[in-house]
Amino acid sequence: MINIALPKGRLGDKAYAVFEAAGFGCPSIHAPGRALVFENEETGVRYFWVKPSDVAIYVERGAADIGVAGKDILLEYSPEVYELLDLQMGRCRMAVAAAAGFTDIQGRALRVATKFTNIAQEFYAGKGREIDIIRLNGSIELAPLLGLSDVIVDLVETGSTLRENNLSELETIAHITARLVANKASYKFKHDEISKLVSEVEGQLAVT
Amino acid sequence: MENLDVLRYHEQVIIRLRALYRQFGYTQYETSRFEEYELYARNKAFLPSDEIITFSGVSGKLMALRPDVTLSIVKNASDGVAYKLFYNENVYRPALFGNALKERMQAGVECIGDIDLYSTAEVIVLARRSLDILGGRCSLDISHMGFISGLFESVELPSVQQDQLLRSLGEKNAPEIAALCAEFGLGQSFCDKLASLVKLYGPFDNEMLGELKSIAVGARCDEALAELTALSAILKEFGVSAHLDFSIVNDLSYYSGIIFQGYIEGAPAKVLSGGRYDKLLQKFGKKSGAIGFAVYLDMLEHEISSKETDVILPHNENSDPRELARKVNALINEGKSVRVCREAVK
Repeated sequence: MINIALPKGRLGDKAYAVFEAAGFGCPSIHAPGRALVFENEETGVRYFWVKPSDVAIYVERGAADIGVAGKDILLEYSPEVYELLDLQMGRCRMAVAAAAGFTDIQGRALRVATKFTNIAQEFYAGKGREIDIIRLNGSIELAPLLGLSDVIVDLVETGSTLRENNLSELETIAHITARLVANKASYKFKHDEISKLVSEVEGQLAVT
Repeated sequence: MENLDVLRYHEQVIIRLRALYRQFGYTQYETSRFEEYELYARNKAFLPSDEIITFSGVSGKLMALRPDVTLSIVKNASDGVAYKLFYNENVYRPALFGNALKERMQAGVECIGDIDLYSTAEVIVLARRSLDILGGRCSLDISHMGFISGLFESVELPSVQQDQLLRSLGEKNAPEIAALCAEFGLGQSFCDKLASLVKLYGPFDNEMLGELKSIAVGARCDEALAELTALSAILKEFGVSAHLDFSIVNDLSYYSGIIFQGYIEGAPAKVLSGGRYDKLLQKFGKKSGAIGFAVYLDMLEHEISSKETDVILPHNENSDPRELARKVNALINEGKSVRVCREAVK
């Protein structure tokens, strides 16, 4: 039995559809109700929905053998997991944005508002720029508008939210897609099952 | 050792590990719980984290609670002496998940001196048998940093790019490796070799070594391959099985040769980690070679259910303590275990 952690929401639905098409379906997942865990003994899979940012934790600690996690979460928390497949969905980018017309005045710490503090810190350390991290949990775009920060580091999909708020994208830090991750110990002890699933899913991705 | 039952599971494991290491002629090394902070500051990349608990010593020197035992052993090792040591000590390092510093129990083996093929094999045999003692299904996975450096040397990669590729190799991240190879403008044959290496996983036998041979390029890879091939033959003599897995990577500036990790079913992360670390000794200006491993005993979560108490004796404020003492004494003398529980009077 392989335990699979899926992120709640659109991305998880899309990922499940690929697993289902690859032959690892679990009909009960569509049943209405409040069940949290869905099992299909025939195909040997057990799915559960968790908060997207928690998937990596479930997999790292072995509560799930594999899971679907955004590259943003993997970059931010660097969990000890194997990253086996690029699922090529949930495509977006981690970017730096600022109010239109912003220029970086060197000589003082750059104030950076973000949910992704580790990514921002690593990115600016690589550039040798001193920063002041302002950790926010949402509505990041508001920070430069109200003068709370100079720039923001956030996920950008189409860029329309930025445009609507008169913000412009300065730099791309990383391209983000959803990844199939696996627990390191599970990979050893459930090697045949996990390899089979990975190759079937990979085949399915090539078709679509 | 008349009655191991009274010991907790990890205590039983420690006793059995010690017996194993002694059987192979290793002697116990005991060390102080703290060292000068400088020892660790100079070798941060050798440690799993730079979080270290420090305090001032009597003379005002900055001291540290040891995050690792190997550095203390290496510091005191003299050239020309062959050391076969084992230890069982607490270390102070971040918990496996999260950043909180914890006191973690570790056991380990270090073999320092002239490291030949046999001593390498012996340490790996000890690693595998240690896993067996920890219990259940287990897997010992072997990799070779010399082989990986050999591959990197064939295309003369700058170290920043090496580190990025190493990280992806450690994640078994084939898509990322393909992307990085394209980004760095590396040749097709090198990219194909890395792609095969990241997928390589299987029993440490001639078939797998054959696959590895098809990836090898240059003298360093050939040397590593020859060492692995000879090693597999010796492990067979000991009846020890292992896996080849090149996703085990470690800092190239400390590890030069064979490295390995151990997993047991039921523990979500590695419980054993080790390898050949000659370059660490070079940093201390020493010529000896070294190989060793550590077992993370705090990873053992499953406890063998301890035997229940034979007799439970309830008593309350109305019972006669002398009567109770006589009963307990009689039971203890019969060799039974007794637990006296005080109850409230209703």
